[in-house]
Amino acid sequence: MSEIKKTFPIKGMHCASCVRVIERALSKTPGISNAVVNLATEKATITYDPNECREEHIESAVSRVGYSINTKLTTQLPDEEKIEKAQILSALKRKVSISLVLGGLILWGSFPGLMETAPLFLKNYWVQFLLATPVQFWAGLEFYRAAIPALRHRTANMDTLVAIGTTVAYFYSVFVTMFPSMVMDINMEVMPYFDVSTIVIGLILLGRYFEARAKDQTSDAIKKLIGLQAKTARVVRNGQEFDIPIEEVVIGDVIRVRPGEKVPVDGIILQGESSVDESMITGESIPVDKTKSDMVIGATVNKTGTFTYKAMKIGHDTMLAQIITLVQEAQGSKAPIQRVADSISAYFVPIVIMLAFITFGVWYVVGPDPIFLHAMLNTVAVLIIACPCAMGLATPTAIMVGTGKGAAHGILIRDAQSLEIAHKINTVIFDKTGTLTNGQPEVTDIQSLSTLSSNQLLGYAASIEKNSEHSLAYAILKKAENENVTLQQVSKFKAISGHGVEGYIEKKHIILGNKRLMTTMKIALSQINSTMSKLESEGKTVMIVAVDKKIVGLIAVADTIKETAREGVEALQKLGIDVIMITGDNQQTARAIANKVGIAHILSEVLPHQKEAEVRALQATGKKVAMVGDGINDAPALAAADVGIAMGTGTDVAIEAADITLINKDLRTVASAIILSRKTMKTIKLNLFWAFGYNVLLIPVAMGVLYPFFNILLNPILASFAMASSSISVVTNSLLLKRAKI
Amino acid sequence: MGVLIMAIDKIIVLLFSVLGVVSTYWFFLLKKDSEVVVNDSVQIIVDGGYTPSTISIQKNKSTAITFLRKDASSCLDEVVLSDFKIRKYLPLNKKVVIHLVPKHTGEFPFTCGMNMFHGKIIVV
Repeated sequence: MSEIKKTFPIKGMHCASCVRVIERALSKTPGISNAVVNLATEKATITYDPNECREEHIESAVSRVGYSINTKLTTQLPDEEKIEKAQILSALKRKVSISLVLGGLILWGSFPGLMETAPLFLKNYWVQFLLATPVQFWAGLEFYRAAIPALRHRTANMDTLVAIGTTVAYFYSVFVTMFPSMVMDINMEVMPYFDVSTIVIGLILLGRYFEARAKDQTSDAIKKLIGLQAKTARVVRNGQEFDIPIEEVVIGDVIRVRPGEKVPVDGIILQGESSVDESMITGESIPVDKTKSDMVIGATVNKTGTFTYKAMKIGHDTMLAQIITLVQEAQGSKAPIQRVADSISAYFVPIVIMLAFITFGVWYVVGPDPIFLHAMLNTVAVLIIACPCAMGLATPTAIMVGTGKGAAHGILIRDAQSLEIAHKINTVIFDKTGTLTNGQPEVTDIQSLSTLSSNQLLGYAASIEKNSEHSLAYAILKKAENENVTLQQVSKFKAISGHGVEGYIEKKHIILGNKRLMTTMKIALSQINSTMSKLESEGKTVMIVAVDKKIVGLIAVADTIKETAREGVEALQKLGIDVIMITGDNQQTARAIANKVGIAHILSEVLPHQKEAEVRALQATGKKVAMVGDGINDAPALAAADVGIAMGTGTDVAIEAADITLINKDLRTVASAIILSRKTMKTIKLNLFWAFGYNVLLIPVAMGVLYPFFNILLNPILASFAMASSSISVVTNSLLLKRAKI
Repeated sequence: MGVLIMAIDKIIVLLFSVLGVVSTYWFFLLKKDSEVVVNDSVQIIVDGGYTPSTISIQKNKSTAITFLRKDASSCLDEVVLSDFKIRKYLPLNKKVVIHLVPKHTGEFPFTCGMNMFHGKIIVV
């Protein structure tokens, strides 16, 4: 049996008896073990077994007694995680302060050089014992609490090391305090080490306090995203306008958004126009003008006008919800680089314990006098200085900050692996249509090469293209609409992928397509070659219209290049990346567009299904390839690339196909994504280098390898200081990524 | 005599050290996990590690894994199932249910946030 606890909003309660009625109805429902209804918050917190009791059972139980419960949205228990973490931090702070004050007093009374200035009572070992005991068993309780159950599982962690180290120092000191004569009998100095046990505990807890605070900040991005959600929506239902909680919005609701208000859910504008600040979702700083039929995204902020729109996506389907899920998933994934740290950390603590035994044995057997003290203090230093936490934190903290920073800039990274591979990218292929260009081509030229008028030519082309889904078809249809051209009935329509379309109008065989199609259909092209070349050299895509296998005219279409295309390409080239444009256009048209955006390397006349092969061909030459496309038509090529980047969209399909999804249409973001990946990887490498280097260098020092040469031994207090700073420095280094310029 | 006593205590300490190394190795690194075969749901107690730490679940079948953290140590306050892209905070003494529908067979580790404690999901 596995129970879960969820809180749902309830409606219709008036008094305390309502509470009892609902509680009774719920507790009688099979599978529910506990139900607590709160009148003040109008919420029910229900503990139930999801295998036995489904949410519809809860709904019907409540509605049977005359109330309604909304199980669609689980209200998070008042930010449980935040509250619990705050409580832990405040308890930790108290423990740190008390143990450092008590430890400081002991240190004052026992440290050579300091103790001469200390009041007499602090030099008394029994007083030191009284001061050290609460630190060991109250402040240090959490080390035992973690270490003992872990030992039962035959595992060990950092707490095990600290618990063993401080316990050894503490009980040795207790023995010395209680039985000084026995110590003197074996020619040892009567000197307790309560300062070591207390200060070590104090400093390690201090380190843990700072580490917890810093670690909390690594998940800031996701908290910020969750906080973006609007709380209410102003809906228009049955001619009446009122505010409702966002959870109650249903698909199809008409919502009014006034200036300064948040757009509650995703939808399409019905009436009105405005400019909307989408920066929180897309990272695009300039507000976007919106008018009828435009999409609006939930959680964005309406700036100037008032508009009404139809809710199209709610709850988990909104773009914000998808972004949150994606970022959470990425933060839960593992970067391949972490594998090294993983394999080491599995053995790390047991190895340190073995090294501690070796240290004790070696110092006792061959060390200088006082042998027991040297052996004990060095063993404690080894246990204390080892820092497995730094290794465990090195990669995930950087991934959390990196993916979070990406989301804030409209860069959604699918997983840590994608983020890692992106830093190796040396070739970026841009799909032309819809990626480098706006993907909304317009008809620029109509040239008749027969007795047909321009409008008749357009009429044939538009009638036949009406059945096509190609972006060029849209341009022709729009032109026909603008010119008031009447469309005719088409029979036997056929689309030939990457080539064109054909069909019959009043028994005439109409073919509309590129040169390749004409060649396949064995239609002579000689008469149009020069006209076509001229149009193509201007970057226009030319479609040939043939009637009954005779060319009757040409229609040229051109797409507008995105404003940021040139800068986006330049930014990548500055990073030393080879930029390639891939398109179905012929060489001449492709060249004209590539020149405009500053791309030298083009792959032209590539049919949609051949794009994947082109990507693989480049990979075969040893290149690490990123493919940038719209994520829908290019899915196979995106999947084949080392990193597939879907651009300017947040649809499910695109996110599914892409390793990185760029929500905005700004092409400079491609370079930003690669810079982010490079910086994140640099941070991870530095963290791992630091975490490994620290342990590899300082554990031998704590063991005393420098003693024979330089007489250097590491005081356990210094060891605890080093250990505390080690994990803090790793987390802080990851947090520095937040400030990185991308 | 004194020399002999010194020698004896050194021998004892040396033996103690060697025994310490060997037993640490045996205790921590030679342990064997017993596998729990799960049908629909399982509860994993998080207290100084994971109990059970190795579970076997079925491919393409939804399995509810409930984590219940009883250990106050912050080390165990997160559970990470990186192969399933899941990182969850585990509130103390509260159940957190994770539903998995594994698509591939194999062994998939789960760990605490800092990768100190380990468990394993075997998908068959």
